[in-house]
Amino acid sequence: MKDLLGFLIRRLGWMAITLWAVYTVSFVLMRAAPGSPFSAERAMPPAIEQQMRARYNLDAPPLQQYWDYMWGILSRGDLSWSIKLEDYSVNQVIAEGFPVSASLAIFALVFAIILGVSAGVISAVYRGTVADVAMMATAVLGIAIPNFVLASIAILLFVFLIPLFPAAGWGTLRQVALPAICLGLPVAAYIARLTRAGMLESLSREHVRTAFAKGLPKRTVIIKHVLPGALLPVVSYLGPATAGVLTGSLVLEKIFALPGMGSHFIYAATQRDTTLATGMVLTYTVLLFVMNTIVDLAYAVIDPRVELE
Amino acid sequence: MNLPDSRKNEEALAKLLEESHKIRGVSLWKDAWRRLRRNRPAMASLIFLIGLGLVAFLTPMLPLQSPLDKDLNNRRFLSPSFEPITMGSREGLKFADGKLTSQLALFEAEIAAETAEALAINDPLKQAEQFESIQDRIRVEHPFNQLWNQLGSVSFKMVQIRVAIFGDYAIPSIFGTDKLGRDLLARVFWGARVSLVVGLVATLVSLMIGVSYGAIAGYFGGWIDAAMMRIVDMLYSIPFIFVVIYLVTFLGEESVKAWLESYGIDQIMIFYIIIGAIYWLTMSRVVRGQVLSLRQEQFVESARTIGASPMRIVFRHLVPNVLGIVIVYLTLTIPAVMLFEAFLSFLGLGVAPPDVSWGLLLNDGVEALSSVKLFWWVVIFPGAALAMTLFALNFLGDGLRDALDPKMKNR
Amino acid sequence: MNAAQTTHTSTEGSGSTTAEPPLLRVNDLKVHFPFRRGSLFNPEQGLIRAVDGVSFDIAKGETLGLVGESGCGKSTTARAIINLVHPTSGDVQVDGKSIAGLSDKEMLPYRRRVQMVFQDPFASLNPRMTVGGIIGEPLTVHKLASGKDRQLEVLRLMELVGLNPRFLNRYPHEFSGGQRQRIGIARALAVQPDLILCDEPVSALDVSIQAQIINLMMDLQQRLGVAYLFIAHDLAVVRHIATRVGVMYLGRIAELGTAEELYADPKHPYTEALLSAVPVPDPTIAANRRRIVLQGEVPSPDKHYPGCSFADRCPIVVDRCRTDRPGLPDRSHAAACWERDDPPEV
Repeated sequence: MKDLLGFLIRRLGWMAITLWAVYTVSFVLMRAAPGSPFSAERAMPPAIEQQMRARYNLDAPPLQQYWDYMWGILSRGDLSWSIKLEDYSVNQVIAEGFPVSASLAIFALVFAIILGVSAGVISAVYRGTVADVAMMATAVLGIAIPNFVLASIAILLFVFLIPLFPAAGWGTLRQVALPAICLGLPVAAYIARLTRAGMLESLSREHVRTAFAKGLPKRTVIIKHVLPGALLPVVSYLGPATAGVLTGSLVLEKIFALPGMGSHFIYAATQRDTTLATGMVLTYTVLLFVMNTIVDLAYAVIDPRVELE
Repeated sequence: MNLPDSRKNEEALAKLLEESHKIRGVSLWKDAWRRLRRNRPAMASLIFLIGLGLVAFLTPMLPLQSPLDKDLNNRRFLSPSFEPITMGSREGLKFADGKLTSQLALFEAEIAAETAEALAINDPLKQAEQFESIQDRIRVEHPFNQLWNQLGSVSFKMVQIRVAIFGDYAIPSIFGTDKLGRDLLARVFWGARVSLVVGLVATLVSLMIGVSYGAIAGYFGGWIDAAMMRIVDMLYSIPFIFVVIYLVTFLGEESVKAWLESYGIDQIMIFYIIIGAIYWLTMSRVVRGQVLSLRQEQFVESARTIGASPMRIVFRHLVPNVLGIVIVYLTLTIPAVMLFEAFLSFLGLGVAPPDVSWGLLLNDGVEALSSVKLFWWVVIFPGAALAMTLFALNFLGDGLRDALDPKMKNR
Repeated sequence: MNAAQTTHTSTEGSGSTTAEPPLLRVNDLKVHFPFRRGSLFNPEQGLIRAVDGVSFDIAKGETLGLVGESGCGKSTTARAIINLVHPTSGDVQVDGKSIAGLSDKEMLPYRRRVQMVFQDPFASLNPRMTVGGIIGEPLTVHKLASGKDRQLEVLRLMELVGLNPRFLNRYPHEFSGGQRQRIGIARALAVQPDLILCDEPVSALDVSIQAQIINLMMDLQQRLGVAYLFIAHDLAVVRHIATRVGVMYLGRIAELGTAEELYADPKHPYTEALLSAVPVPDPTIAANRRRIVLQGEVPSPDKHYPGCSFADRCPIVVDRCRTDRPGLPDRSHAAACWERDDPPEV
């Protein structure tokens, strides 16, 4: 238990350092870039300027602003005001978008894991058959076609040609389905490949051959003996997979017009809304860190040989 | 040094050396190449990629239409057809005779006349002024510069060759046209240039950084390795994609752009550096892992036993054995980079018009899909081009990985 | 532990040799590795005593065989002698000059005196270098020859170890195991060393090839006067080539003596057990001899034994064995056993 606590504390420490680094770099950039809140030439709408002046004392020397802004984040979780969206604080924008993006991401990941693992297992067990080749070919497709192209084609097929799903909007399960599938497919493809490779390696292990020789039914052997070993690389892939899903959501939210964090982030980027962009980068960093930590923990639990650093 | 026991004289020695050269062994590289050749999909991919590279390089010489010439009146969203086309025929261009060759001849004559006039001027200052205005005129009004964007000197010559060979002929719009009436075939070809170069250069940047970083960390081990890898871990946990977009946000600001351009750094170069700076992380981890495991190998131990210096060990023993995996990751990084470029361009943060890249084309294509009529060709052709290239790179990478598999080493 | 109390054995029995230092002297060598292990919820820390107080001498031109089970520390001893692994304590002297713990750079001149042949003929040669390059590398590193001279020397070395010089430009993976070991030997000989440490050089080869390589090594010893530290886990193999033999158990030397003495009259119970396990071709003799089968657990180098490390498995163990650790007595044929010899306490 002590070690676990130690591990978590160390991780938190690293996250704090990383966030601080990101924050500092952002602040420097914000000061350097003209037209942004903390720099000398301010071309902000007066309403925003008023609010920021009240919070961060814009006439103060740079170091003071640095501290104030950081303190604002640490003590109140206050990420300042959006520059382009008047009357909206960054916190509000993030709070609005987060549930949407989070549920989209979760749906996509769950879908990807279920589809990917099943496909991988079937491919491995029926290795060399038509099913295997077909699945792996589709998997390569999933990796080579950018997901926004996939999404567009999907819209073409399933919204216009065969009206199965609505084109945009958010709220019902139907509306989540298509974006989640499009987001999850490339990840599913990669997971399928990983699972297949892991299964093949696991199937050739001695203890599996013994299990088969004992006469255990095929399904039992696969699920109890082969699968656990094969899934390890998939578990460790979940970290990058989350990053991929978060990234992909940027594009898909644009295509499907979903009011999530991603579309706001793109908006912030194209509109040069620096405070909003900063706030979002920090949020995404935290998300990713948390996910990676969970993955590392899961990995250590599954494989007793692994040491937590 | 002792002379050989059997007292070989010069001739016998020479003969021996020659024989040894004849029955020279098959190095592991040749071995791997042989294995690669047997892998059909990989070889097909290799041939495809080499072909693609050649075609992309020679694009200015190919009889393609202009990738930027807009025709909003007549040619918007034309579906693929074989209708013949003449270069320079669009009314808006106001080319003499509606032909490129004619306009070119006319323009060159005019320039020649002006140049002759300029040469006749006595005042050196005025002369310089005059020459400059001629250059300006060329920059803006030369027919080539109206049909293509920012041709470098090599490309310029290639276009001249093209006109000399093909005249006004251009391949018809077999890929259709886009929303501004631009020929899609030409845009796919010109877009290939940008996408491929971005893929290659950014990958090279990541290679250089990643390999050196990883090799140093792996070889020295200890606290140096721990510290360096900690940094990598930290950077890994930052969602780099977002940082890139974030950086592009700043660097896209007009004033910042101007400031950078004054240093001669244009947006494309920033692009290369930023993308390269993301992908070096994986490369460094891979190299470090390989170097670490190699360090334990007995042949590295024996090198130390013989007394080889660390430099010698790194370059003569470690690097050649690491190259294999580096090459494999190279071929797998390039598609990732190209996808990322497509991604950025799609979001409007990548390559900017009038430059063309496959990502930009896909963006246009997706927009075209959203409208009521089905302009499928605008997205299918660039999409297929990108997909085929990525396929090829992946197959080649897989094939290389199999061919260079160290398990085969001890057959 | 100062010099007076060290438990090294000189090549006594044939007169004093304190006048001139032996070619190699190893003195109470210890190599300990700290480690951490255990699961997330139950960590522990420990020390692996790979080499735990080993002492011996090797004189010019002689062969010391070092035998023992896997994991007893023989390879680590060899590595520690040439500083591939730094000793935790103890001393190593070449011609009287101490080299323990020197850095790679400082070791450079000594690399010409002491070389090593490795166990795995597959892994000890760089797969991307030609055979000629591998054998010639020491010549380049120590600037002994270059260009044509170097090539000549490489050819000579190849002939010396029984390789066809025509194969100068071939790669390691194109040779058999036995041939690769010859390449390793040729490489070791390139600098004309006085001592070659051989870390189980024939363990990975077929039995028939083993004999060839051993004969080659003996032949080379006769011709060139090179000394060997010959490490093996097979007593039969060592018997042929060694002048003196040391038996190692769990990082310590259990018995040390000349080959005849050890094989004819083993003192330490562990040596007896090892010898009794060596297969004998004649079935009558095999049926009639006494097989000693060791009981007890297989030893673990991370456990600490306050007394004799063999106590758990020894057939003649007494109480003293578990509390007092026996060293190696200072005579020609010595055993670290309270019952069988007269060891000092360590």
